[in-house]
Amino acid sequence: MSDSLSKLEKRTAYTLVLPAVLLVFAIVLFPIFANVWISFKDIELKDIRIPEPRAKKIVKSISENQSELKIIYKLRNSSLIQEIRNVHFQDKLPTNVSPINLDSRCNFQSKKIVCNFGNWQAKYRENFEITVVNNKGEIIDKKIIKSQKPILSGKADNPLLTTNFTLENFKKVFYENNFVELLLTTFYFTFFGTVGAIIFGILAAQLVNQNIQGRTYMRGILLFPYVGPVVALAYTWTLLLDPNSGTLNALLVNFNIIEQPINLLGQKYITMNVLGFEFKLRLALTTVIFFEIWRYFPLAFLFILARLQAIPQSLYEAAEVDGASPIQKFIHITLPQITAIISILFMIRFIWNFNKFEDIFLLTGGASGTRTLPINVYQQGFAVSDIGMGSAVSIVIVMLLLSFMVIYFRLIGKRANEV
Amino acid sequence: MATLQGLSFTNLNVTPIFLIGILLSLAFVLIGNKINHLIKIFSLSFIFSILYFYLNEASPYWYILGVFLITLFFTNKLKKYSTQSLKEDFISEKIIFDFITLFGIVFFAFVILFPFYIMLVTSFKTQIALLVNPLDFSLDFTKSLTELFKSYFVIFETYNFGRYILISSAVSIGTVIVTLLFAIPAAYAVARLNFFGKNFLSTSILIIYMFPAIVLVIPLYTVFSQLGLRNSIFGLLIVYTATTLPVAIYMLQGYFKSIPKEIEDAGIMDGQNWFGIILKIIIPLSLPAIASVALYVFMIAWNEFLFSLMFLDSPKTFTLSRAIQYLSGDAETPRQYLMAGSVIVTLPVLFIFIYFEKYLVSGLTAGSVKE
Repeated sequence: MSDSLSKLEKRTAYTLVLPAVLLVFAIVLFPIFANVWISFKDIELKDIRIPEPRAKKIVKSISENQSELKIIYKLRNSSLIQEIRNVHFQDKLPTNVSPINLDSRCNFQSKKIVCNFGNWQAKYRENFEITVVNNKGEIIDKKIIKSQKPILSGKADNPLLTTNFTLENFKKVFYENNFVELLLTTFYFTFFGTVGAIIFGILAAQLVNQNIQGRTYMRGILLFPYVGPVVALAYTWTLLLDPNSGTLNALLVNFNIIEQPINLLGQKYITMNVLGFEFKLRLALTTVIFFEIWRYFPLAFLFILARLQAIPQSLYEAAEVDGASPIQKFIHITLPQITAIISILFMIRFIWNFNKFEDIFLLTGGASGTRTLPINVYQQGFAVSDIGMGSAVSIVIVMLLLSFMVIYFRLIGKRANEV
Repeated sequence: MATLQGLSFTNLNVTPIFLIGILLSLAFVLIGNKINHLIKIFSLSFIFSILYFYLNEASPYWYILGVFLITLFFTNKLKKYSTQSLKEDFISEKIIFDFITLFGIVFFAFVILFPFYIMLVTSFKTQIALLVNPLDFSLDFTKSLTELFKSYFVIFETYNFGRYILISSAVSIGTVIVTLLFAIPAAYAVARLNFFGKNFLSTSILIIYMFPAIVLVIPLYTVFSQLGLRNSIFGLLIVYTATTLPVAIYMLQGYFKSIPKEIEDAGIMDGQNWFGIILKIIIPLSLPAIASVALYVFMIAWNEFLFSLMFLDSPKTFTLSRAIQYLSGDAETPRQYLMAGSVIVTLPVLFIFIYFEKYLVSGLTAGSVKE
């Protein structure tokens, strides 16, 4: 009995799980593998449509005689680069109407015009004309003729499925486009964005964890940047930081902190003078990192706060009895309790910042030294329209990501279970 | 007029005000518990504001009121200090920490809320007001309502924002419904049933939602173009559902595991099949978890930008986020229209968040890694 029951259980489980698994497979897993395929192909954005034969039908009267009409089919190959083989054409005529002087490529049988046009080259165009007459000399209704749509068919290669591969894309990724700088920018952005978010998260969590009034409100407010739509927030920041009419620059100029407005999002470098040392700061990148910290420290805050609230109060009371100062309490009690969650947060945020696209795209579009790997996927794939290149960059991202994950599970995976 | 123009550090008389502040703090500690706390803080803040006004005669009345409220807030926080408490261990460290806490909270609240406030204020301004004085943070309520809400009228009438709101709502609500339809059975199976590949499935759920949207974009773009699913709301719905499914299953199965198994056994005794058990026992018992998943998925779908940018080309199918980005593409578009659009896309999310905070925070913590 238990055997049949477990069989039933299995079958039920599969029917319950299958729809979700199939959908996720088709939309999430399949594209990751498809990327590998596309990255080895020399393919551009305009190539991705499968070529198809098209016809536009125009009906004209020839003379006063309403029983005679001319039908013009404007035929064309939709593709500019690929041929279509073996094009077949079929159109239907009403009863008692038949064509005269039919093209040699066509036949007329049982009210149907059937044509075989052979192969069409790329960009192929033709105005194909047929004259039709009513056998009984009655008036032909133009509308009836017009409403009948011709059927066309033909064979064409799907440019995605052809099997000519090339290594060109990967060569271009690594040797052109300043790959090292691209990688460095991505790492700066990822690393400082992550560390900053965690530091601010710890600070905020420590503040909110004190016994203050309106703690829940404060927690809600601190999460605003994280739950708000990225488009709205990015454009608000662009407005705030605008050099001409932006609030921040106006404030700084008004309080005599700076003399000239600074284009915080449009300037690649700024020369800073700290203690006599001059160094160049990546200005736009720094600004974008600050936006990133502003938007994502709430997540770190939420996790660290949850952990802080779980620390037993008795630990602090015991320390109080032993005469520990607030700093000692933080270093010896709080920090050890939150290291596990911080290491997990670091890895999660690191991976997510590494893949961040929207924020940078909306703030700078990848200009003035803020081009990271994900931005490069977009620029190659859609701005330069080189789909194969874009895919190759995606593959680089996936590879780096997989290595992060391996490191993550090796180093911290064991600890993750303790939390 | 609430404007900071003309105010600067040089005419704020920082030093005398600082001295007055120290004197008042001393007075505060010395008075101790001799008079009622409320009377104490009100009178001291009042004295401070009067002296402030005396030193900065130029400052406007709203500014003095602000100073009064801020002093009130700070003095209220100093309740526990008296001459006795100053003798405690580590009192200087504690005082410093208390001040850092106070300033930290003010700092964080300001940094978070200021951009949102600017968004709101800008949407009510005119182009000229925006350019003339970027430091004017006030709302001019003397204007007629049609003048005040002009940007909103314009984006609804000229830019068709009503349509975009409808599309965004349809896509988001559709995503929630479809995701729940797929996720509840799957989560139940993962939580309760034994089948081959179960462990593999639950670990791969975790790994899958670490994978970013940006690497899916190109293949999905090409395939959806060939299938004619690009530029359609339906295509967007499929992608949103698939990308939110792993996190939804992960959150739900965690909750389903916490439901006592005995309740289901009773259901099996009554001759219910699996479908009946899910519908009549599991769903009613886990409504809070389902609500939090639904809200979380709704917010992801409502805020989503990358796929709507890639998939939607024609204004007929734009979502709100895509429409705002499209608006900004035209450099001629006045900024206040952009901000009005931003307010429209932000408000629903913030309202939902504030109203259902309890559910959503648990959702955010469970769905940790998903944006």
